[in-house]
Amino acid sequence: MGEWKNFLATRWGIIFVGILIGILASILQKLGNPPNMGICVACMERDIAGALGFHRASVVQYMRPEILGFVLGAFLSALAFREFRPRGGSAPFIRFILGVFAMIGALVFLGCPWRTLLRLAGGDGNAIFGLLGLIFGIWIGTRFLKAGYSLGRTQVSTSKAVGLGFPLLMLGLLILLLIDPQPEGESRGMLLFYSLKGPGSQHAPLLISLAVGLLIGVIAQRSRFCTMGAFRDLILFRQGHLFSGIAALFIAAFITNLILGQFNPGFEKQPIAHTMQLWNFLGMTLAGLAFTLAGGCPGRQLFMSGEGDGDAAVFATGMIVGAAIAHNFGLASSPSGIGPNGAVATVIGLIVCLIIGLTMRRR
Amino acid sequence: MAEIVDARGLSCPEPVLLTLEAIKRLGKGEIEILVDTDTSKENVSRAASSMGWQIENVIEEGSGYRIRIKRD
Repeated sequence: MGEWKNFLATRWGIIFVGILIGILASILQKLGNPPNMGICVACMERDIAGALGFHRASVVQYMRPEILGFVLGAFLSALAFREFRPRGGSAPFIRFILGVFAMIGALVFLGCPWRTLLRLAGGDGNAIFGLLGLIFGIWIGTRFLKAGYSLGRTQVSTSKAVGLGFPLLMLGLLILLLIDPQPEGESRGMLLFYSLKGPGSQHAPLLISLAVGLLIGVIAQRSRFCTMGAFRDLILFRQGHLFSGIAALFIAAFITNLILGQFNPGFEKQPIAHTMQLWNFLGMTLAGLAFTLAGGCPGRQLFMSGEGDGDAAVFATGMIVGAAIAHNFGLASSPSGIGPNGAVATVIGLIVCLIIGLTMRRR
Repeated sequence: MAEIVDARGLSCPEPVLLTLEAIKRLGKGEIEILVDTDTSKENVSRAASSMGWQIENVIEEGSGYRIRIKRD
């Protein structure tokens, strides 16, 4: 067990994890997930917000089992390897706000860093602008880190409840999904909302999605896989450890897409994407900056919440609330372009994140 | 007497940043870094090694680790 544990945290270990995630994401798409969205932490959390009725965008409502699996897999892994540490209390409300704006930025672009890579691997050229924005946002974040930015220390909690809350919530949502499936041809179960068309109606079989989510939760917890940290460490320390993981993900997804006939290069009419490049860039600048200031990409925040990190759970909750705000108030983009209030929300988000970056300091 | 860097409870990448600051400031000698997650333990050890410092030992302490690094 000890050697296995060490292996996934090595250079080859994280490359292995990246390859596996890339292949599994492309296969999930083949099995029914939306195009270039085998895995998208932001989109899937947005669908969960829809399934709970926090927003009523009828095309994006589904209790995505992958997300539940991410948290529960990381939770089980942390327990098994004795890394479950209930903790919290490092500027939780600031993290909540960062989560809200990270989601708004991601929904202006239409994807988190995971989907940015998967969109590129599917041939979507618009994702180049999202990727450049992501890197630019992370770069801004590293300037703050260099200048002493910090959200302060978290506290190790003596109460297990601090760390158990979020994994138990995910377990509860999973049970709800299992006992409240979509009635044939209807958009409402007993409680949960479902989509009849659009991305929310496209999904791989539940148990396969759940199994893949659990597996990725385990290996990502072991390897500390992080799509934002990949660029941050490269920029800040010239260290390519995490980057080799996302490079492996991209290459593996690209090859799998070629094999499965899912590679369609171009800019126009790409699935669940728009061609307003300035906002693709700025949306992901906002998301990248927010992830950097919060210390992890949206996937990593879920894995950390599974390890007992209550602050990461607050960030993830902020993202779900952000999705509801984005769809209720016309901030989220669609294939026809950005929402009516997407531009102003992105600018406000950037200003708020810059203020957070400038004011939160060590000591 | 080893320099002590207390990085407990700090988010990524602050433990590594503080460690590298201490490494640059001292140039050589001994540094002890306190961390409280396995992720930080791995990240700090990796960063110290890449700067040519030796990992003397890693001791479990309280709910975290005390990492002792050295360069002659």
